[in-house]
Amino acid sequence: MKGPESETMPDSRATGGGANQPVDRREFLSRSLPAGWVLLAAFTGCGGEPSAPAGGSEASAREAGSAPDSGSQAPASEVETSAARDPLAGYDPSQHKYAMAIDVDRCIGCGRCVEACKTENDVPREPFYFRTWIERYVIQRNGNTVVTSPNGGISGFPPVEEAEILRTFFVPKLCNHCDHPPCVQVCPVGATFKTEDGVVLVDHDYCIGCRYCIQACPYGARFLHPVTRTAEKCTFCYHRLVKGLVPACVEMCPTQARIFGELNARSSPLARFQRMHKIQTLKSHLNTEPKVLYANLDGEVS
Amino acid sequence: MASVSQTLRPPLVAGDKRPAEVTRDICAALDRRPGAGWWAMFLPAFALLLLGVTAVTYEIATGIGTWGLNRTVGWAFDITNFVFWIGIGHAGTLISAILFLLRQRWRTSVNRSAEAMTIFAVLCAGMFPVIHLGRPWFAYWMLPYPNARGSLWINFRSPLVWDFFAILTYFTISLVFWYVGLIPDLATIRDRTKPGLRRRVLEILSLGWDGSYRTWQRYETVYKLLAGLATPLVISVHTIVSWDFATAVIPGWHTTIFPPYFVAGAIFSGMAMVLTLMTVARKAMGLEDYITVAHIDKMAKVTLATSLMVGLSYLTEFFTAFYSGNQYEEFVFLNRALGPFAWGYWIMLACNVGIPQLFWFRKVRWNPFLVFIVSVFVNIGMWFERFVIIVTSLHRDFLPSSWAGYAPTSIELATLAGSFGLFFTCFLLFCRFVPVIAISEVKGVLSVGRSRQPAGRRPLRSGGATEEASVLG
Repeated sequence: MKGPESETMPDSRATGGGANQPVDRREFLSRSLPAGWVLLAAFTGCGGEPSAPAGGSEASAREAGSAPDSGSQAPASEVETSAARDPLAGYDPSQHKYAMAIDVDRCIGCGRCVEACKTENDVPREPFYFRTWIERYVIQRNGNTVVTSPNGGISGFPPVEEAEILRTFFVPKLCNHCDHPPCVQVCPVGATFKTEDGVVLVDHDYCIGCRYCIQACPYGARFLHPVTRTAEKCTFCYHRLVKGLVPACVEMCPTQARIFGELNARSSPLARFQRMHKIQTLKSHLNTEPKVLYANLDGEVS
Repeated sequence: MASVSQTLRPPLVAGDKRPAEVTRDICAALDRRPGAGWWAMFLPAFALLLLGVTAVTYEIATGIGTWGLNRTVGWAFDITNFVFWIGIGHAGTLISAILFLLRQRWRTSVNRSAEAMTIFAVLCAGMFPVIHLGRPWFAYWMLPYPNARGSLWINFRSPLVWDFFAILTYFTISLVFWYVGLIPDLATIRDRTKPGLRRRVLEILSLGWDGSYRTWQRYETVYKLLAGLATPLVISVHTIVSWDFATAVIPGWHTTIFPPYFVAGAIFSGMAMVLTLMTVARKAMGLEDYITVAHIDKMAKVTLATSLMVGLSYLTEFFTAFYSGNQYEEFVFLNRALGPFAWGYWIMLACNVGIPQLFWFRKVRWNPFLVFIVSVFVNIGMWFERFVIIVTSLHRDFLPSSWAGYAPTSIELATLAGSFGLFFTCFLLFCRFVPVIAISEVKGVLSVGRSRQPAGRRPLRSGGATEEASVLG
């Protein structure tokens, strides 16, 4: 994904210490030999394994979420230098619990959120890769419901031509960042995980592309990225969250149909929205506890 | 005396064979050069294997976009083929382990080839979970070994991990069981082989078998223990495969009936494959006296019983969907029978429930040609069963906006053909290099001595006094 600065966490042994001080030849050799071995191991990758958690806020989020076992062996001075480049520097996930609310009545189906998401997150442009998309529901008088999402609604929707229409409306959809995520349970290698602040992420370095999570997700929120060959999904624009920004789709929505914020805050736009509206979630019978909250949702939507 | 004779069961091996004849008959295929018939089967099988290798190489190099998968149908041919092949293997273990413990002695004529079939089927099955990965070169990350991947460890909550262990265990036990059963026969071949490299290899493989009482006693203890170890696997492996589906929340998958349903289906399909192979092999290799129509009859009965179990499962699935009142479940099952893939559903029903009912008739069961035809239909039906479960459940998922169709690409078809190529190549090689019938076990069920005629008056087909002595001994 196209995050902020995607720096790899420096390998402590490989970079060594005190590079600015003069060193004699023997010392240099004795230092560089093990470093060379480590570098060699890193490049051959011990058979292709990533030698250290790769950069980007998502991989770092895992480290932050499981600090005691993170396996980081960097000495203190190295931690300080890497902290400057760490996208999570100064961010404490334990202080947050994110959620998104969607006011269905406000969505006009313009598709700006889909466009913003694709641009921000480098989502493939083909019409079947989406991290967020919009569905149009057309409920006819005879009781039939037609659900469409042409190219995810990225260019809006064609006029409805069916006669005898009872009601039409748009429903933006995305990963629900479940509190009990079925995708995390089924991932065989633990590449999908839930962060401490409640966001469900995929670590692209560890995903083997088995697609079990794609099948397991009841919200159809995942896909296999054709280039990385790994599972992809909405991250709530995690790289923006850690900088205090809101997700791109929320930023772009012209009608403020999407509201993003802290779930447990007493005073926030999200908290106010929750107080003022009757909140529903998708497929609540599956007990996944979604963190995408809908208001004014028609009973036809599931 | 006559009344006593009548209470004896009919002999399991026809032709009133003597032990030496058994050895000669079964080793005949190993002694002679392969005939035109063998080559006529081997070359197409090997060509299919090469086709499959090409398709898989292309797929791994290019990516799984070469398959007809889409966002909604993320598993299709790959997992269908996987479940199909792993199911085929089950009959081998059932025959070799469970029927051994239940003292069903008719198994001796078919157990060797059924076990070989298990091993080859598990090989074919094991290929699919690996090649279906987006990044197959990281398949070994499923192994829990000390690694350099930081704090990460495999996720033991994932049914795919259970699956990985189940299949690995199954393959290992099947292979060991097969090999241990082969040891006395390897020794037999060793003793018939002239000194040279082949004999030297056989000496090593037969682990110094000397035919003494002590050797036999050890062997039988190990065999019994391995049968005990393999028995739970008949149940566990396909149960765990079914959990791949049953633990997901997809309607049509999320159901508690899956484990028994899958196990019955696996034994059903495996028996059908044993019948397909054996009806041909007995004819082609001249083993009609060993794999008699009575054997085929028994296996056809098992096939019929499991067909009824599978039919009951189909009904139960529908009943559960109806009785639950869950609109998603109801939709999935109606869609199976009436939706875009209804043809697959009805092929499945016809082949798995309809056609096997012919096995109620003794005339059908005792006619190897008809049994062969029915068994081929069952194989087709069982492949479609997995296709129906996987694809029809996925193509109409929770999100109407992402509903999609599915059609296999030529690469997927070539991969399926390649798996059949691998299976038949292995099986044909097995027929050439390993005794297809367990010589030592068949000798234990011979009807020698049944005849009330004095031994001296019986016409000897071959051999002389030494063979007569071995019969009596």
